[in-house]
Amino acid sequence: MNHGQNEHTLKAFDGDLITLRGLIAEIGGRAEKAVEGAMMALANNDLELAHQVVEGDKRIDALEEQIDRMVIQTIALRAPMADDLRELVAALKISGVVERIGDYAKNIAKRVALIDASQHIEAARMLPAMADATRQLVDDAFTAFARRDADLAVAVCAQDKTVDDFYNSIFRALIAHMIENPEHVGAGTHLLFIAKNLERIGDHATNVSEMVYFAVTGQSMNERERGDDALAPNAD
Amino acid sequence: MVTKFMTESAPNTKMSARDVKVFYGEKQAINGVSIDIDMDNVVAFIGPSGCGKSTFLRTLNRMNDTIASARVEGDITLDGENIYSSKMDVVQLRARVGMVFQKPNPFPKSIYDNVAYGPRIHGLAPNKAELDQIVENSLVRAGLWNEVKDRLTESGTALSGGQQQRLCIARAIAVDPEVILMDEPCSALDPIATAKIEELIHELRGRYAIVIVTHNMQQAARVSQKTAFFHLGNMVEYGDTSDIFTNPREERTRDYITGRYG
Repeated sequence: MNHGQNEHTLKAFDGDLITLRGLIAEIGGRAEKAVEGAMMALANNDLELAHQVVEGDKRIDALEEQIDRMVIQTIALRAPMADDLRELVAALKISGVVERIGDYAKNIAKRVALIDASQHIEAARMLPAMADATRQLVDDAFTAFARRDADLAVAVCAQDKTVDDFYNSIFRALIAHMIENPEHVGAGTHLLFIAKNLERIGDHATNVSEMVYFAVTGQSMNERERGDDALAPNAD
Repeated sequence: MVTKFMTESAPNTKMSARDVKVFYGEKQAINGVSIDIDMDNVVAFIGPSGCGKSTFLRTLNRMNDTIASARVEGDITLDGENIYSSKMDVVQLRARVGMVFQKPNPFPKSIYDNVAYGPRIHGLAPNKAELDQIVENSLVRAGLWNEVKDRLTESGTALSGGQQQRLCIARAIAVDPEVILMDEPCSALDPIATAKIEELIHELRGRYAIVIVTHNMQQAARVSQKTAFFHLGNMVEYGDTSDIFTNPREERTRDYITGRYG
């Protein structure tokens, strides 16, 4: 798509869109960093870092509000059409989705202090790899937005299956571990929630990609291109 | 070009144009436009100044006949009948295909006579009572009756701009047309008067086939179900208004409606 190749006759409109894209890039970058920080805090039992992630979520919330205000203002003042309109609607929805990603990262960070670091739970050893795959999905989703890249958006949705597979594996491993080690049920449950949070973050990266696809092509991604649902028949 | 492939008309088609070309002397203003206009959908023509949208609109009731250098090629039918055939009575045609212009142009006559003029010359009312009824019905349908019913003898030119335009619509309706062509009917009106005309268009839809030329894309989006985008004498794209404004197929349409044109 050759979006942005030719400018609007009204230059201020281009200015609005550039500012908005900058805000989306910032909120996406902060959400990705929050996921990374929360998982690093968990790996190193770093309570200070966990606290920073929790505090940093306020900035993500503020950005979401700023983006929403700006989208509404731009729709009201510029009366956008076609791909401009689709991009603004996508921006509005994406900001809401990213705010949720931030909340999940915050939730992970909050659990760091609640997990007894002395307990070694072998079943959770896949969590860092899952977190890495999830963070990459978020990164790719926002790259797709920045580049107006519908193909990358489709790829993100396909990749979400990797995160879902991780979740299902970790889910089964943690349940088995907790059955054998009842004294680990507390920490195990927290780890299970963390895996679930990561899985939800992956879903939200998919949502972002679907909005990117819509903004670029004017069509909704068809069912076939979407990733499968996380819950395998025997996962619960 | 999209228009080339259109040969058969939909069943409820009122007017149909096939490969219509218009020349002003040597200069070609319209390069082969084909379009169907039906009773159920208000059609909006949009496009930059000089794109040919008004010229094409005027071919639909032979208003271009009044311009000596203008020449029209191609077929235009009303209910399947060729309107450029030598058998077509142009005065009758313009009663069947009425027109409302950019600037309200009431006759310098009373409100009543403005509306009664057409029915009188076309002999539509055998007596005063029936003429009164036509005038009242037309003014009611044009959404003007309540504002003027107590001063029908006052001059039409004494009304406000928006009222004058609704009077012109009442005048067009009075001869019981089948098609109403509107050439930027709101560009001289304030937003409230514009809203009243737009509401009126909405109410008239279905009873008449309506084509509106507008420079205001929001207006096209508000009043029409189908939109045609004209550029340099070509009809670039014709489709559902909701598609044209959210996901146009053609690059030129997108550039125009998003304000990137030029």
